[in-house]
Amino acid sequence: MTARIRLLILAWFAAASVAVVPTLARAEEPPLPPGLVGEKKPDEPALPEGLGGERKAAEPTLPEGLGDPPRPPVERKDDAPAALPFDLTGFFDVRGGLRTQPDTREKDSTLGESRLQLQLEKALEDLTFRLTTDFLYDISANDYRVFMEQGRGLVDLREAWVAFRPTDFMDVKVGRQVLTWGTGDLRFLNDLFPKDWNAFFIGRDVEYLKAPSDALKVSLFSDLANLDLVYTPRFDADRYVDGRRISYYNPFLSRRAGRDAVIDADEPEAWFKDDEFAARLYKTVNGYELALYTYNGFWKSPAGTDPVTFTPVFPRLAAYGASVRGPAAGGIGNVEAAYYDSREDRSGNDPLVPNSQVRLLVGYERDLAAISKDLTVGVQYYLELRMGHEAMERMRPAIFPDSNRERHEVTLRLTKLLLNQNLTLSLFVFYSPTDEDAYLRPRVAYKVDDHWTVEAGANVLFGNHAHTFFGQFEDNSNVYFGARYSF
Amino acid sequence: MNAVAKTWIMLTVLAALALVATHARAAEPDVKTIVENTNRVAYYQGRDGRALVKMTITDSQGRTRTREFIILRRDDQPPDEKDDTTCGEQKFYIYFRRPADLNKMVFMVHKHLDRDDDRWLYLPALDLVKPIAAGDKRTSFVGSHFLYEDVSGRRITDDTHELVETTENYYVLKNTPKKADTVEFAHFTMWVHRKTFVPVRTVYYDKKGEMYRTYEALKVETIDGYPTVTKSRMTDNVMGGHTVLEYQDVTYNIGLPEGIFAERYLRSAPRKYLK
Repeated sequence: MTARIRLLILAWFAAASVAVVPTLARAEEPPLPPGLVGEKKPDEPALPEGLGGERKAAEPTLPEGLGDPPRPPVERKDDAPAALPFDLTGFFDVRGGLRTQPDTREKDSTLGESRLQLQLEKALEDLTFRLTTDFLYDISANDYRVFMEQGRGLVDLREAWVAFRPTDFMDVKVGRQVLTWGTGDLRFLNDLFPKDWNAFFIGRDVEYLKAPSDALKVSLFSDLANLDLVYTPRFDADRYVDGRRISYYNPFLSRRAGRDAVIDADEPEAWFKDDEFAARLYKTVNGYELALYTYNGFWKSPAGTDPVTFTPVFPRLAAYGASVRGPAAGGIGNVEAAYYDSREDRSGNDPLVPNSQVRLLVGYERDLAAISKDLTVGVQYYLELRMGHEAMERMRPAIFPDSNRERHEVTLRLTKLLLNQNLTLSLFVFYSPTDEDAYLRPRVAYKVDDHWTVEAGANVLFGNHAHTFFGQFEDNSNVYFGARYSF
Repeated sequence: MNAVAKTWIMLTVLAALALVATHARAAEPDVKTIVENTNRVAYYQGRDGRALVKMTITDSQGRTRTREFIILRRDDQPPDEKDDTTCGEQKFYIYFRRPADLNKMVFMVHKHLDRDDDRWLYLPALDLVKPIAAGDKRTSFVGSHFLYEDVSGRRITDDTHELVETTENYYVLKNTPKKADTVEFAHFTMWVHRKTFVPVRTVYYDKKGEMYRTYEALKVETIDGYPTVTKSRMTDNVMGGHTVLEYQDVTYNIGLPEGIFAERYLRSAPRKYLK
């Protein structure tokens, strides 16, 4: 080979490497054109918008982090450490309500309260403490003594519990706690934990419908099924309608009554004797939640009367039930049933003790995006069937109103969100064709900003008879407004 | 033919071969691969992940609202899989911290590929676990400009995909829904970063062909080896207004147990993973 050829070969290789090597390199990591990585070449201006052809104008510039060389991760500074050794949250809530018609037995105002809720929580590894206390002043109340069980007075202790996990398959929560289970929407069959019906009817936030229990809850988890056991060592009654704030039908007076006949029921109150036990066995299978329930305790509102003193009492009650809930026809469907065993009047002969009942609920909820965005509708059918109705009718004292064997009820819930979901319009309707009564709960709420929410609503109750479930409360129909600052 | 000429011919053939080989090495992935890689990068990186998300919603009048939540994600994968390639079913646990009225609320999703997702809401004040209808996934997520489907991911089989262009940095994909009547868009165009498969911009077009909604990745960080969008924005091009998401403390492969995506942990939050 001549020196000339060798030179040529060398030259060719030199040229080839210049041509090929960058191609290889680009296939691995394409160099970015100027204009997309502007900061790397400060001397060269980035292409302004509109230059570089139509095609390029529509193309996004590379975001921070793509294209430029990897940088060492930036040490993040944590948010300012909390000044308190626990989490503190809560709200301040001001709310007022007025009857829309006079009720001679009650004040015109149903509600006029200022409420400060403070929630303290401390979470350690597998151990959590929570204390939720409401401080409230209500000009519609008649006295301010504190009744911790009834939640009346200047302080309402909502929660005071410790939760811990003794083993992987067990959770324990002990203390004052809010408990909920079951599938109904504002209709409770197997959830026999205490409710606050006064709060519900006068327009407090719906969370106050659930009154706390002083209980021990043990939850056991396994692949087979999960089990919740709740033991309440001393009976926790509903915060029932007692005439102090809401008038009701009094069968002994054969008329509606209020502050003129405040119910002062005789509550079972012996520790560990007048106790309650509730259990739920549940499992989720392919998105369907199956559950069995049982309860052993007392009717939650004073449904009975002492035959000697004529004091309202809470007769013994046991309940057994089941529910299924899961996806159905593009929504969520649920079926729940319960048998209420009124243990002190199984035959139904005693007119002073409620009879046993079968309760059945079928519900369905879905969104109606096809009609309108953020619109959901829920419907329920509810049946309350009294056992031993004939025996009860036979024994019924003449002054007691006659009653139906069955209460059929339908409910409707409509919820529409507007203005980026900051405005909520909602309506809940209960209607019973058999008792000929109804209850409407329209509500408008607006989230003003991250802290403030204002709302207005009404509780409209009416019926054709003075003694039916909702009809008795007719004179308590009211409108309310509220403002809440959450922190 | 002399030796010089022979050498030249040989060298030319070699050079041509070399060029063909280089070209073959740089061959572009097909559309299916691009779409699958993009889906993986956007929703399936690592076997699980955790992030603190700060959401700032700005409405058309410039008013802002904020949300802050922790999101836990776990991919369902065959237990013997080594290479983390399955893009299958997923579970999400979203624990709200802000605003104050949503504090401790939990939103949980079990994402399915062959049927509607299962979704639950936990309302702490009532201790209420509420299943919510899978229904329309193209509605706003907690009042923001992001939709439920943007958070958990749209099934790639719901659209047909077309590679309309390959630029220096991007694959440009046009995605057209197979069932046009189930969604509000006619198609959407995605600019996917070629090197990382990070979707950098997605523009949604309505049935009149007007662009009305734009997603942009604003910042990408490589975390545990995964290119991660740590700041993004969804803009409403018609009404105005946008939502910015900022991801902090992102971690991958933290070993989230499947069991925490269940009712038990709605009622008692898995604090270990929420810190």
